[in-house]
Amino acid sequence: MLRTRLQPLHPIAWWCWAGTLAAAASRTTNPVLLGLVLAVVAWVVTTRRNNSPWARSFGALLRLGLFVIAIRVTVQVLFGDRVPGTTWFSLPSVPLPSWAAGVTIGGPVTAQAVIGAFCQGLQIAVILACFGAANSLASSFRLLRCVPAGLYEVAVAVTVAITFTPQVVLSIARVRDARRLRGRATSGLRGWRGLAVPVLDGALERSMALAASMDARGFGRRSTSPGRRRATAAATLAGLVGLGIGLFQVLDSGSASGIGLAVVLVGGGLVIGGLVASSHGSRSRYRPDRWLAAEWLVVLAGLAAVAGVVATGSNDPNSLVQPLYPLALPAGPVAALAGVLLAAVPSAIAPVPVPARPKLTEALA
Amino acid sequence: MIAFDRVTVTYPGVAVPALEDVSLTIEEGHLALVIGPTGSGKSTLLRCVNGLVPHFSGGSLSGTVTVDGRSTERYRPRDLADAVGYVGQDPDASFVADTVEDELAYAMENLGVEPATMRRRVEDVLDALNLHALRQRAITTLSGGQRQRVAIGAAFTAAPRALVLDEPTSSLDPVSAEEVLASLARLVHDQGTTILVAEHRLERIVQFADVVVEIGTRPGGVRSGSPASIFATAELAPPVVRLSRVAGWSPVPLSVRDARRHAPGMRHRLEQRRQEREPAPRGDRVAQVKNLTAAYGPIPALADVSLEFHEGEVMAIMGRNGAGKSTLLHHLVGLRRAQRGSVEVLGRAPATLAASEAIRLVGLVPQDPGALLCAETVAGECRDADRDGGLFEGATRAVLESIVTGIPDDRHPKDLSEGQRLALALAIVLAPEPPLLLLDEPTRGLDYGAKERLSRQLRLLAARGHCVVVATHDVELVAEVADRVVVLADGEVITDGPTRSVVCHSAGLASQVARILAPAEWLTVEEVAAALTERGLRDGTGS
Repeated sequence: MLRTRLQPLHPIAWWCWAGTLAAAASRTTNPVLLGLVLAVVAWVVTTRRNNSPWARSFGALLRLGLFVIAIRVTVQVLFGDRVPGTTWFSLPSVPLPSWAAGVTIGGPVTAQAVIGAFCQGLQIAVILACFGAANSLASSFRLLRCVPAGLYEVAVAVTVAITFTPQVVLSIARVRDARRLRGRATSGLRGWRGLAVPVLDGALERSMALAASMDARGFGRRSTSPGRRRATAAATLAGLVGLGIGLFQVLDSGSASGIGLAVVLVGGGLVIGGLVASSHGSRSRYRPDRWLAAEWLVVLAGLAAVAGVVATGSNDPNSLVQPLYPLALPAGPVAALAGVLLAAVPSAIAPVPVPARPKLTEALA
Repeated sequence: MIAFDRVTVTYPGVAVPALEDVSLTIEEGHLALVIGPTGSGKSTLLRCVNGLVPHFSGGSLSGTVTVDGRSTERYRPRDLADAVGYVGQDPDASFVADTVEDELAYAMENLGVEPATMRRRVEDVLDALNLHALRQRAITTLSGGQRQRVAIGAAFTAAPRALVLDEPTSSLDPVSAEEVLASLARLVHDQGTTILVAEHRLERIVQFADVVVEIGTRPGGVRSGSPASIFATAELAPPVVRLSRVAGWSPVPLSVRDARRHAPGMRHRLEQRRQEREPAPRGDRVAQVKNLTAAYGPIPALADVSLEFHEGEVMAIMGRNGAGKSTLLHHLVGLRRAQRGSVEVLGRAPATLAASEAIRLVGLVPQDPGALLCAETVAGECRDADRDGGLFEGATRAVLESIVTGIPDDRHPKDLSEGQRLALALAIVLAPEPPLLLLDEPTRGLDYGAKERLSRQLRLLAARGHCVVVATHDVELVAEVADRVVVLADGEVITDGPTRSVVCHSAGLASQVARILAPAEWLTVEEVAAALTERGLRDGTGS
């Protein structure tokens, strides 16, 4: 099981792992736990990320997370509710008319307000980092290849959209260059005006070329009857949506989890039904990703984090939050910390991806 | 294998048919080369083979096209995917997957090929196209030549009986182009695939062809035959053929190797008769690049480049795909600011100037001249250019007339031929009279006629005192126009010297004439012809 294997880990395993860590993070505002989740995710990404251009998305989402924290704290300081507690400093307060009750600008800023906002921002940042890690470890392309045949068309549309965005960025740069070469303004309102038409024009041409290439390579030929295909696709999609809503309810501790659980079960049933119904299509799959012991272990490692956090939550819910009244150092709940630490196991058991840079022998080939 | 029977194609909204009354047959296992001037309908002919015309493009097709016994009237492109592989002009716009292996397997997945067979065929194609070392790489990280080979492989894995390629080497450097063409030849030899390929740079591909299909400008003017018979009279001919016409060799040699058999006699006839083109006295310095270093993220693009640019000089910048040619031009025109080192045009740094000021110092015609054009009509385009440059009305139109006459005012720039579009872009850039003129890969998609007109135009501009800098892969163009050649490799200047000494002493960059007559230093057919006529030594019987 731990022997080297050529095929990378199943993308769904990585997404499950990242998803469970994000779920664990979503249940706590304890900065010690959140910091540990971040450290585990970062460690696994640095040891096991793949070589696609998407591998950089972890860094990008980390930066986005920092931005979220900054925004969350700034908004709290400037416009937030006046949270009682230890006042750090006061901002000049702007009196607002009575119809704007509930909105405040300025006023005293307390330690509780800033630290609370920081912990909430950190929680979002860690969840974003988990998403970035999933992207770095298994590209969304590889994930899309795993979708059931019933959702194949949807997956192709998404794939095309993913490749499309960077192309539009390139094409905007090209059009701006062309404007400069003609001696026209490239910045400000005048620069942006007159950009849209050539960019869309180029995008349209590219899409036509891609469609021609896909058609010439047999895309969309002799599939199962369109009615049946649409029915299975609809069932699978509805199931996925249900699954999403149900999971949200289960994870959001405030809601009644009985209904949530039922929705999860129905959604899961629909998804499996759709999968089975659509599995005998006329397409075949090249080197499908296999689900082996390593995949199970990676998913279990992720589940360990959730289990640890949930166990701590039922025994000692207070240790999952940052104590604000009175302000104190966060607790270190053993079960949760141990669970999150176990989630680092994939950095040792997942197969090492193929090297990214061409080796010398390859460059000479 | 592929048969056209009285085929006429008319696109919607166009009165003149794109193809008229074409009949031809291509035998199984042949490599057929389609030649013809730009806009003669080569792409249309190719797209008919797998039914993209008319199923995808719209318009009407009369007559019948059959492939492997199947008529495109009844079968759509997707139904012919197992019979014909199609590789379009721009491989980058055709990729669906993100890694090489997945891209190769895409067509087979659509066809429902058994997984075991799929594995085997992908391996075969990886070997046939020499891609095995790249199998796991993301396509975005590959070079131009590698991408082109992936696109060919992606069309080929479904084991089609025929393969159709539209200008597969037009954006490649000479060495990558040779690799791609050698791969094609291997597919013909080893696997018996029928190949139909359109190409402008005949000198690269003629030696591989079994059949040549010539599309003339006249309706119904399509003829096909053996390369030797077609090129005995064809208007468009590679330098080796033109040289043999001048020398009167028979049968017409098609490859440098065949022609070299005649070379000793030819060298003897030409001995001591070459006129050295007087090295023109260097004009004043127009621009200077000093210790320029540039990088894209961690990837170095230019390393400590220092060059001078002089009045009245045509300078060629050559080098592999990704050697830093375009980056250098972008710095000269001020699209990029120098990170280290300096760029000066007449003592000023273009990147610091406002766009309207910069165009009076330096102009760039980009790789795709169409990118510069955004008005609805030619007249509108010229008016905009007058306004952008603060010129008197009609200035740009006058420049355009001096380059090429008779482009109608009301024509949409997209409907112009490749050569006319280049002329329009050139006129727009030239109108503010920049002393430094840059052209990035200007001969892409141009036929020999248009290329010759461009060469004359560039020489004329140099004679009028402009400094003309051309970044190109086209060795024949360089042999025709350049006074000086700079070769870049991995962002460094490898060579900087007079064209004759650089081109004649480089394996990859030599023109066909230079290869045939080596070690004598001749560059172009015109040169040889002039030398022969001058001495009245044209004896017509060959050596």
